[in-house]
Amino acid sequence: MTARCLFDRIWDSHLVESPDDGRPSIIYIDLHLIHEVTTPQAFSVLRERGLPVRRPDRTLGTLDHSTPTLPRNADGSRPYLDAATLAQVTQLERNCVEFGIALRGWDSPDRGIVHVMAPELGRTQPGMTIVCGDSHTSTHGAFGALAFGIGTTEVGHVLATQCLLQRKPKTLAVTIEGALAPGVSAKDLTLHVVGTLGVDGGSGHVIEFRGSTVRALSMEQRMTLCNMSIEMGARAGMVSPDAITVEWLRGRSEAPQGEVFDAACARWLALASDPDAVFDREVRIDATRIVPTVTWGTDPGKTVAIDGHLPSVRDAATRKALDYMRLREGQQIAGEPVDVVFVGSCTNSRLSDLRDAAEILRGRKVSPRVRMLVVPGSERVKREAEAEGLHEVFIAAGAQWREPGCSMCIGMNGDIARPGELVVSTSNRNFEGRQGKGVRTVLASPATAAASAVAGAIVDHRTLTATGQAA
Amino acid sequence: MNPVRTVRSRSVALAIDNIDTDQIIPARFLTTTTRAGLGRHAFNDWRWRADGTPEPGFVLNQPQAEGAAILIAGRNFGCGSSREHAPWALMDAGFQAVISSAIADIFRNNALKNGLLALVIDEVAHAELIAHPGERLHIDVASETITRENGRQVRFTLDPFVRQCLLDGVDELGYLTQRVALIDRYEARA
Repeated sequence: MTARCLFDRIWDSHLVESPDDGRPSIIYIDLHLIHEVTTPQAFSVLRERGLPVRRPDRTLGTLDHSTPTLPRNADGSRPYLDAATLAQVTQLERNCVEFGIALRGWDSPDRGIVHVMAPELGRTQPGMTIVCGDSHTSTHGAFGALAFGIGTTEVGHVLATQCLLQRKPKTLAVTIEGALAPGVSAKDLTLHVVGTLGVDGGSGHVIEFRGSTVRALSMEQRMTLCNMSIEMGARAGMVSPDAITVEWLRGRSEAPQGEVFDAACARWLALASDPDAVFDREVRIDATRIVPTVTWGTDPGKTVAIDGHLPSVRDAATRKALDYMRLREGQQIAGEPVDVVFVGSCTNSRLSDLRDAAEILRGRKVSPRVRMLVVPGSERVKREAEAEGLHEVFIAAGAQWREPGCSMCIGMNGDIARPGELVVSTSNRNFEGRQGKGVRTVLASPATAAASAVAGAIVDHRTLTATGQAA
Repeated sequence: MNPVRTVRSRSVALAIDNIDTDQIIPARFLTTTTRAGLGRHAFNDWRWRADGTPEPGFVLNQPQAEGAAILIAGRNFGCGSSREHAPWALMDAGFQAVISSAIADIFRNNALKNGLLALVIDEVAHAELIAHPGERLHIDVASETITRENGRQVRFTLDPFVRQCLLDGVDELGYLTQRVALIDRYEARA
């Protein structure tokens, strides 16, 4: 039998129709995640055509993008940015009631960023097809699912038919070998990979991340890696399921339980790519030489090692990015003054990320020149972090401990910086204006972000001394 | 969807690579629950100054952009966020086609589903079109050609199904709902 990869197995088992006359395939979607921003117009189409949601049981909603991260007002109301954000949230609440969809909303202990919440519940499982009107849906690929972002028109297609019209993408193996050096995180690895492939290096492909480095990553770390697949233009990113995957899922409330779980495990593990599976392309990366990595430009592919220098100007794009970032060609990135630090987002807001940041901040103070927001990815992450006392570490250091949500990653809820400010952010996009008009974003790991908050400047967290100064 | 067969218009060039959907429509304008009215905010932060007046240096504010319905953009146009508000904003701003040497997958998909022609051409032809902004172009979906002012033709390739949907004004949701028996069968065996 021909060797097959994980993607081929999932694709083939989800074909509803695979015409040979030039029409696209129809693939079945196992899980459709929805949030308030990219769904209202899709529900309007259903209403106009009198269509029901075909499988409410395969649809799960949450509130994350437009929601405030500040606590309730004294009168019990939520401090929404404006009437529009409130209206958008209210609209999803109404749509879920009208169409019979479960919503992990304000009253739910599970509410959270959609890509944090669904894995926590055990809804994200190996072998599934998962879509959401959000490009970071690739996060769920960490579990060996085929997960990708779609537009609002396609959200309507999935609501009405549980299906999508698709052409089969190509496959790209990103093989990463070797142990990460101490102090180098999955985010550093991810930024290095994006910097290596470039912002369109994965275009038209589904990426499978594999190799000894990937096998050694925890599920949280694999989610960080798969999360940024879209930053390489890839359709999706995935990791073959293994013992780490199934152990993470064991006991999750919406994963199978008992004997059913054991049977599912056997099925899940059998999905892994065959060792001799053939991919359309392969890129190999040596993980042993990676150091803490940050971005310097206005797309996630413009990365630099924390001890490195910015490139010289070779083209208009480099010039434009340097000008926007108010940086000079050839300068060191370390030492650049910082105004705001954001720890959060679907890339880095899980418990392990908060622990990384807290470890740096314990016994230290955020520089008086820096505002720091720590935004847990979900209500569960918030509870677990508080149970460990992490919130006390953040608050004692002078950081703000907020309510769960997307917050400063997309800045829709009013959590933004001021024009010209430099934000060291654990999120996934450093596009112009992403965190507010004229705001300069430097993407980094939680440890780099926390250390930079202490130093008041971009710093290699490995050199931080007891006083917070770089050695 | 209304059929989209031809577009005849002058072009305007935005010769920047990797224009992401946050530039096409910044996130703070995504709080709407309808599709309408996003055109004013297309390329908002490049187009408008803080006081609401036009940024004179931005090409879309210059006289040659007036009435141009064809945007020639740098490579990897539409990367980043999956927001369908990006094609909605461009269409509401009067664009009927975006041409580049590479267009990000999700944006291209979203655009074509709305009848915004997102067309990929080879790099040589792309460089030619970028170098001649303002020329009148004639896009013909059926023959997959762009005819330039000088009579030369540039080829593009659309997915054959997508092309037929554009030409016939076929709506993909309608196509899918007609296949409900296949979906029933899949669910019964899955």
